[in-house]
Amino acid sequence: MWIFLHKMASPKYFYRLASSMIPWLFISGLLLMVYGIINGLFYAPSDYQQGDAFRIIYVHVPAAYISMMAYSLMAFAAFIGLIWRIKIAHAVIVSAAPLGAWFTFLALLTGSLWGRPMWGTWWEWGDPRLTSELLMLFLYLGYMALRASIPSITKADKLSAILILIGAINIPIIHYSVEWWTSLHQGSTLLKSGGPSIAAPMLYPLLASIIGLSLFFGSLLLVRTKAEVLKREKHSRWIKDMILGDEV
Amino acid sequence: MPKKLSLIAGFMAMFRRDLLQSIKSPSQLLNPLIFFIMITATFPFAVNAEKAQLVQIGPGIIWIMAILSYLLTLHHLYLDDAEDGCLDYIMLSPQPLPLLVLAKICAHWISSGLPLIIISPIIGIIYQMQVDTILVMIGTLFFGTFALSLVGSIGASLTISINNSNILVSLLVLPIMMPVLIFGARTIELYQSGATTMPGLYFLGAYCMFALSFSPFASAAALRIGTD
Repeated sequence: MWIFLHKMASPKYFYRLASSMIPWLFISGLLLMVYGIINGLFYAPSDYQQGDAFRIIYVHVPAAYISMMAYSLMAFAAFIGLIWRIKIAHAVIVSAAPLGAWFTFLALLTGSLWGRPMWGTWWEWGDPRLTSELLMLFLYLGYMALRASIPSITKADKLSAILILIGAINIPIIHYSVEWWTSLHQGSTLLKSGGPSIAAPMLYPLLASIIGLSLFFGSLLLVRTKAEVLKREKHSRWIKDMILGDEV
Repeated sequence: MPKKLSLIAGFMAMFRRDLLQSIKSPSQLLNPLIFFIMITATFPFAVNAEKAQLVQIGPGIIWIMAILSYLLTLHHLYLDDAEDGCLDYIMLSPQPLPLLVLAKICAHWISSGLPLIIISPIIGIIYQMQVDTILVMIGTLFFGTFALSLVGSIGASLTISINNSNILVSLLVLPIMMPVLIFGARTIELYQSGATTMPGLYFLGAYCMFALSFSPFASAAALRIGTD
């Protein structure tokens, strides 16, 4: 295990491993997504309350899930990068941030598209998940703004990692305060989660699209991290060897 | 070989120096306060200034404007010292940096937070608050501004190496400050509608303690990284 982790810390090894993993992640993610979306949109029975409008969960729930997973991943990488000073971890954070922000935005967008027919409004301040997702988007944007305004890469890496960690310990507080705020506000009569149980023909496509989109996210992340590693290690020997080796 | 100072003496020296410095530049001290008064007094011109409505929106506006005018003061926290080189000496001192950072935060709260609390009753009166509501507002601002100093210190230290970082600090600090804003403004509002205030004040106090536990260390780490 330790040997594996040490190898992962070397940009060269990471680059090779990522290159070999990308096609697998991409293809399996795509297959699962196609299965999930087709089954979810065409074959799953429509909900007895929401009719066909519930079908947006096959896009919305995976996006929301990934928006949170991406931030946890960044926090984990920030921890590793700050404590063990592993450069790859910082490259992962840089690559994950725009993806995470984008999925957060997608989750908000699809959520409000669903809210329009269901709640009768595009935006409902009474829903804690909606508002804490918005604050999550602000955290992503703050990270990217800080990152963009520090010219030195190593300095930007460390400072933004501190910001990520501060944000990570604040996320539960933000979430619960938003929840308490709304529970002080009004009982959420409109907003029930999709019911305590979900029928199997609805569930499997949902699981498939969550896992599929996660794998897809993983492949995108690795592609971006590879590019970031190339940018950061552009003067190193192994890249030169690799490129020359390819040409011969 | 100079005599080694105790931790408390180091804290007090830093604290006194920062306080003296802020007293000696009154415009830095007063401008955010004037901004706070002006901007909160402008709102009733822009919205319908009927009494019931002012009572309703008052707590939210006072809290948002308190945070905004507070954010304007944050960049003095470390930037002035970084520009004239004092910060390097502060970091070279044998005292632990988180302790000195905490002293700076406390001095900043006294010079920025306390005056804001002291003038806040005037704003409360403009917004038609009752005397007891004003007391509740002072209570929430007391904890809230201290939490702002603590969290703002992280934002100010993260952006120490950046020019014109004012807007950036706000972008970083605002989402993290959201719980304080929510509980600060809601507590006043709930009190006006007859509910108890203690849970909100407890929460704000707890948030302060929590921020106190990590802010000096995070700020110190960010200062070390930012200035090397």
